[in-house]
Formats: sequence, structure tokens, C-alpha cells
Amino acid sequence: MNAFKDAGHLFRLAAVFVVGVLAFVGMRALLVPKSFGQYGHYRGAALAEIAARPVNFAGHQACEDCHADVLEKKKSGRHAHVNCEACHGALAKHVEDPGSVQPAKLDTAVLCVRCHEANTAKPKGFPQVASADHSTGLPCDTCHQPHSPAIDTGETTKKTTGRAK
Amino acid sequence: MSITRRHMLLLLPAAAIAWRHVLAGTPEASPNYRMSEHWWSMLIDLPKCIGCGNCVRACQTENEVPDEYFRTWVERYHVTDYDIENPHVDSPDGGKMGFPQTKEEGGKNFFVPKLCNHCADSPCTQVCPVGATFISPDGVVLIDKKYCLGCRYCVQACPYGCRFINPSTMTAEKCTLCLHRITKGLTTACCEVCPTGARQLADLKNPKDPIHEFLKTHSVQVLKPYMATHAKVFYNGLDGSVR
Repeated sequence: MNAFKDAGHLFRLAAVFVVGVLAFVGMRALLVPKSFGQYGHYRGAALAEIAARPVNFAGHQACEDCHADVLEKKKSGRHAHVNCEACHGALAKHVEDPGSVQPAKLDTAVLCVRCHEANTAKPKGFPQVASADHSTGLPCDTCHQPHSPAIDTGETTKKTTGRAK
Repeated sequence: MSITRRHMLLLLPAAAIAWRHVLAGTPEASPNYRMSEHWWSMLIDLPKCIGCGNCVRACQTENEVPDEYFRTWVERYHVTDYDIENPHVDSPDGGKMGFPQTKEEGGKNFFVPKLCNHCADSPCTQVCPVGATFISPDGVVLIDKKYCLGCRYCVQACPYGCRFINPSTMTAEKCTLCLHRITKGLTTACCEVCPTGARQLADLKNPKDPIHEFLKTHSVQVLKPYMATHAKVFYNGLDGSVR
């Protein structure tokens, strides 16, 4: 028993240690988010938070649900695989509320050259023109229908990009 | 009304429970999506890229990427004759508004779109000191904005330069592979608007995905394979000069 005679300070130290451990465990339980470690060394709930972001580009399926006529026109042309929003821009808001949110009118002088202006870095097989020489200033849709761009004599006078009144 | 000791003892556990719910975050947004059924990657068919910059603009619109920062961008390579060690690379404003005509005559010119390679063994997630960046169970490298300290370790660790610090939030930011779209069954914004199909989202765990046939029949490469990052963005027709 003599061994524990003057050991009071050891018990006090042990008590401080136990309180410290309990405080650590308690704080950890309180402060570490519940989902931390759900899938790995990170907060599992972050996945759902990132996935909850609203969508801006609706996706071509949403366009095709309503605009079957345009899909039909595109199908036979060279632009068959160009999705609607590649040219018309992000239109998820238009899908949600087609009445009040209308797609912006497109300017073929800006739009077409983005892809078709000649550049030596572009693939050789891709149709390219030096726009200044090619059209002598005429808008592209004077001759080419953007939805089916091959020149077709019957269709050339009707513009698709200008909104008809 | 004064708070007595009895009230305080009742309030504390209630506050603790409420705080746990705050920390747990928002509930699952796409209940039909199962992470374990997917392993996302992307295919970039370089001979199809025309450098139009549609992907860069779409990414900025979809993800509100600040101006002059990029989660994806397009580079133009100019390689003279056999000198593939020293290519001339430019990317004006990330290629967002396309490219001016190539000035140098001769040699080889081509475009290379870049984005996060969503590496299976990503250096960026390994260096994060707080567990703010991670590889999700469906193979997407993501950042938990609420946990990120903005210490920039990951920005330095990425061998592909795909991360940056958002100047308004001061947290790291990168391509999420449009997780908010792919969990809803859509493709990424960049793939949606690519006019030539040069970028295609691919699911390596889906046996019906056309990626498998493509990988079997084409010579594909990943960027910096010697880094052993097991990158999942596959480039078809990648030139040896691309860094």
C-alpha cells in the first residue's frame, strides 16, 4: 500500500486526462458533420449539395419534345447532330416557362463564323470559308438555312433565324 | 422572460440536434440515381475539334465560372516539322471566342480541349489537408465548398492545371463533370453544345456505352500517363507534342 501513499497527484492528472478525452470525444461528435465518412474521408452530404445546382442547358431531348418540326428539318441536313442549344444558347428557363421566356434572336453573321470561319488549325474535312470573300457581306441565311444548311433553291428566300411577324 | 437553468437544460439538446441537421446538409436531389452504377469519364475526339469555343462558353454559363477563369478551355497547338518537343501553344481567353487565323505558315496546327481529367488516383485529392476534395463513388473529382480552406495545395498538385481559386469565395474550384446534370440523366453542358461531337461523356460501368467500342477500335491516350494519375479523359488522335 505504501506504493500509493503519495500518489494523489497521479489521480488528479488521470482525472484531467479523462476529462480531456471526454471533452474531445464530445466536441468531435458535436462538430463533425453526420455525413463525414459516409463514403470516404469527406462530407457525404456535399455530393447532394453539388448535384442540387439548377440546370441551365435543358438538353436536346427537352427541345425535341415540343419542336418536332425543327427536328424533322434538321434530320436530313448536315446539322443533324448539332444540338439546339449549341446555337440557341442555354434555354432551361424557356423549357420551364415557354410563354414568357423566349430564345434570343440569333445573328448569323456572328453565329456561323464561330464554327465555319477558315482556320488552318481546323480539321481539313470541316467545311470552312473566309467569310469576307465568301458572302460579300450578305447574311449567311440569305442562302443557307441554318437547320439544314445545304443550298436548296426552293427554300432560300425564307429566313429561319429572324422571328416572323 | 428570463431563461432559467431548467429552460437552458431543455434548450441545449434541442439546439444540438438542430445543429447536426444543419451540418448534414440538403437531402439527396436525384433519388433515382445510384452512384455505384456509374464510373464517369469523357472521350475527346481531337480530329473533330474545330476550336469554336462552344464548350468554354457553355461551361461558364452552366456553372457560373468567373471571367478569365476556366473549368474547361481549348488550346491551339502549332508544331513545326519534327520539333514536337517545343510546340507553340496559345489559348486567347481560353478559346472562349474562338481563335484568330493561325499566323505561322506550315507545320502542324490543331486544337486540344482541356478539362479536369477526373483521375482515378488524383494527386489533388491526396494533398487536401481537410478532406474538402474527394473522388465520388461514381468517379468524379469534386470539391466541398463548405470545407475548403483555400490553401491552394490542390491547385499546385494538379499536373494538368485544372484547378483555380475562385476570387469571390476564395475556395478551390474545378470541373464537376456537371454532376448536377449527369445525376439527372443529362449530359454535361460542354458535351451538349459541342457541334461536332468532339466531346462525349462516357460511363465506363455501363456496358452499353459506345465508349467501349470506341476504345477497342481506336488508339486513345490520356494526358501525362507517366504521372500515373489514371486519368479518365481519353483523347483520340492525341499528338505527341501535347503537354
